Amino acid sequence: MSIKKLLYVNRKAPYGTVYALESLEVVLIGAAFEQDVTLLFMDDGVFQLAKGQNTTAIDNKNFSPTYMALGDYEVNKIYVDQQSLDERGLSLDDLQHLVWEDEDEDYAEKDSIIIVDRAQIADLMEENDVVLSF
Amino acid sequence: MLHIINKSPFEKNSLMSCFACAKEGSAILLIEDGVYGVIANSSIAADIKAAMAKNSIYALSADVNARGIADKVMDGITLIDYNGFVDLTCDHEKLQSWL
Amino acid sequence: MALNINGKELETDEEGYLLNLNEWTRDAAVELAKSESVEMTESHWEVIDFLREYYDEYQIAPAVRVLTKAIGKKLGKEKGNSKYLYELFPYGPAKQACKIAGLPKPTGCI
Repeated sequence: MSIKKLLYVNRKAPYGTVYALESLEVVLIGAAFEQDVTLLFMDDGVFQLAKGQNTTAIDNKNFSPTYMALGDYEVNKIYVDQQSLDERGLSLDDLQHLVWEDEDEDYAEKDSIIIVDRAQIADLMEENDVVLSF
Repeated sequence: MLHIINKSPFEKNSLMSCFACAKEGSAILLIEDGVYGVIANSSIAADIKAAMAKNSIYALSADVNARGIADKVMDGITLIDYNGFVDLTCDHEKLQSWL
Repeated sequence: MALNINGKELETDEEGYLLNLNEWTRDAAVELAKSESVEMTESHWEVIDFLREYYDEYQIAPAVRVLTKAIGKKLGKEKGNSKYLYELFPYGPAKQACKIAGLPKPTGCI
């Protein structure tokens, strides 16, 4: 099986619709196939990564801790759109600190999130083989 | 009149349409993804502030907490629980849900 | 379906996974293991405890590949391989161990 470069584009807020959770599950399942996976969060999708989510009062599963496991699944290219953060009054500090461990460097922790602008997003969409939209 | 918004103001124009049509004195309640409208310093914060001058704006705290934005709520928005939600609907004769 | 543990009925799905992971106890684990013909040893408990902790932190049961790597890091390289884990849980470490740990079937379990 040849390795394909997959880009998952996440543009929906969590909880209001099921897209965010579905995307996360597909990413985790897809990670078993050793593809080259990249995630992009833009528009309301940036809310998926917000810190401090507490769903006890709305009777939904809080799946935000699962994003912290993405590093274990070797999903460590996580792009976030700067403009979407700005429009929503958010900064990188408002997002969960996603990291991965580099086995080649004695499990050194490295940041997974990379902030990008719209021109870089255009490049991302061009350079990946498959774009999956959620 | 009580207006209820359950869509993100960054994705749908429900909240802006509501602002345009709400009479002075009407209450506006944000629930579900509608609560994203409470965030201070967002690109629509000025519109929310302008609306506050003529309408009282409420947000359901359960939905605010679920989304991790409790520490970003702008001044002037009243957070309510489910009982407060019931009270609001009882206090108003008419209800418009902006789907 | 249900599992009777010390006089308490714990509901399971048709494959025998606990429906409510908060009802899990170590006694329940022993019973679940019996239904899988697994006899619990210290080595088994290490993996079960690890899975419970992983779920608690990330809200998912890890895929086999992830489990193997993480076990290797936590418990030593000699345990971080599928041969070791399959010896403990012959029908698949993720699937069988998750059942005993009272967790849902792992996402992406194939």
